[in-house]
Amino acid sequence: MSRIEIRNLVKSFKEDAVLSGIDLDVPQGSTLVLFGPSGAGKTVLLRCIAGAIEPDSGDVLLGGASVSDVLPEHRGIGMAFQNFALFPHMSAYDNIASPLTARKKTGDQIRKGVEAVARLLKIDHVLDHTPKALSNGQKQRTALARALVSEPKVLLLDDPLRNVDAKLRFEMRLELPRLLSDQGATVIYVTQDYREAMALGDRIAVLDGGHIIQNGTPEEIYRKPATINIAKLFGDPTINLLDVIPVSDASGVHAMLSDRRIQLDPGLAGYAGKECVLGLRPEALSFTDASDGVPVTIEAETPFNEKSVTLVTTLRKREILLSRPSGTPAPESGTVHITIDPSDAVLFDRETGLRIDPNGSNQAAERAA
Amino acid sequence: MDHMSPLERILRAVALALVVLFFMFPIFWIVLMSLQTNETILRSPPSMAFVPTFKNYAAIIAGRLDSNVASMSIQFMGNLMNSVILSVGSVALALVLGVPAAYAFARHKFKGSEDIAFTLLSFRFAPPLLVLLPLTLYFQSLGLANTYVGLIWVYQLICLPLILWIVRGYFEDISPDIEHAYRIAGHGWFATFRKIALPLAGPGIAAAGLLAFIFAWNNFVFALVLASADKQPVTVGALAFVTASGIQYGQIAAAIVMSIAPTLLLALWAQKYLVEGLSLGAVKG
Repeated sequence: MSRIEIRNLVKSFKEDAVLSGIDLDVPQGSTLVLFGPSGAGKTVLLRCIAGAIEPDSGDVLLGGASVSDVLPEHRGIGMAFQNFALFPHMSAYDNIASPLTARKKTGDQIRKGVEAVARLLKIDHVLDHTPKALSNGQKQRTALARALVSEPKVLLLDDPLRNVDAKLRFEMRLELPRLLSDQGATVIYVTQDYREAMALGDRIAVLDGGHIIQNGTPEEIYRKPATINIAKLFGDPTINLLDVIPVSDASGVHAMLSDRRIQLDPGLAGYAGKECVLGLRPEALSFTDASDGVPVTIEAETPFNEKSVTLVTTLRKREILLSRPSGTPAPESGTVHITIDPSDAVLFDRETGLRIDPNGSNQAAERAA
Repeated sequence: MDHMSPLERILRAVALALVVLFFMFPIFWIVLMSLQTNETILRSPPSMAFVPTFKNYAAIIAGRLDSNVASMSIQFMGNLMNSVILSVGSVALALVLGVPAAYAFARHKFKGSEDIAFTLLSFRFAPPLLVLLPLTLYFQSLGLANTYVGLIWVYQLICLPLILWIVRGYFEDISPDIEHAYRIAGHGWFATFRKIALPLAGPGIAAAGLLAFIFAWNNFVFALVLASADKQPVTVGALAFVTASGIQYGQIAAAIVMSIAPTLLLALWAQKYLVEGLSLGAVKG
């Protein structure tokens, strides 16, 4: 009853087309992360769903019924804004209570509802403060509490962790999935942070240039990115992108790196001789003692808390990043060998930037067309 | 501000003192004059030493203007009352009309909205004398001449554009997200206007209202032409002090003190609303 469907939604401001034909389907009770660079139109799409902005054309369906003619106050949506949008002249309590007062609840129901959600979000001790007196984290939780308090069936969260500090963002990233699944609501969550997207989304829809360029599970987005751009947006350190021209011969399809063959999926034979980009995740590479690995030279190593990232160069001075869990043994300098797991390699068409699917059909290209 | 050298601080204090002196001295001098008789005011050289008298105030309130030659009656208290009625009435009407209009112009860009808003502003460009003659003729045939209703109507030329344009700016400063949030929470547009937009623009509305009040209070030309004796405000009524038997400085001063007192008190009272923080930290910038 609370499935969200968006049909061919178009919105432009004056001459600028922000959304040009968006189709989305979010099944009831699931969380869709809307991911994309800033200015991609994520917030605009969310506002179209909430009714704060009217789309030029297209339709929004909540629970199977079009809400085009439904005023925002009657759509039964909970929304948290990126800038919190708290009511500055009201206490945190009144802020959170506002969806309940609108629904004509009794004073007792309102008090119980507000206190319950405030306890859940650990802001019950600051309920009598005005937004000005709240820390950023408390503001963010107040905004979230306001969105949750009426137990809406549809929840729109517009990058709610954008403006909070790193520690809180980390905490909330752990808490939010449980919170959202407890609500049982259908959620659209906007973010620019790929970690948040991977942690929270049942599915991720990548929005760029006014289109959904890929819609898939976090796993799919990460391992089979539809375009080079998506591959670059997900993952830290970012994916290694190497210009290659695949070669097809009797032993299969391969690309050359440091004069060594990197075996590719035989399904890619059709792209032999074409200019392609090979995408290699830093964590798909590992050091090896065997001398049949790809010879590289270690240039620098950057330790992070949970992983170490090594910058190496190939014989032709192409730079590659290699990531491994901290504490695992690794050579420190000099010329070493690395192995590449071919199943983790993705190949993109350099001209179009689209991923080439080894299983024959070029899905990404079809979707774009 | 915290890092000022002593010299800078002294210079700043001196500059502030000069500004205050420049603006406050005339008021101070008028207050002094209002407490003196015509003889002590006109003596040469002027002196600050005198025996204060409330005769001037008594005369104004009693409505009897006594000079050394003759005594005549004036209706200064009636004028003061007219000023209050006209100013309060026109500001109230301008607020009732202007605040919702300002909200509409700020939030709902409709076709021609800028043109309408600009037309309203252009009322302020035209010299009043330009419209006075036709207005007088219209008002006479409409029966609006020399009525409070007619005057308050004309005063909208002063008050409405002022309130509309100032308040519009304040509405535009409110993040639309705050209003969207209230709508999405389930409240209708009117509740959103009343509970969110109005309180948040409150200081701006107070400032615009105060400014409009002062402009209306100080208006002279409209009232001079369109009102006869019983509807005249103080600005026009003060003309009565220039009599054939000389100018009654002490009484004029007393009248001035009484006529600036309401605006001054209003400004002092409204001050706390004016300085109240506008953005209260709801939206992270």
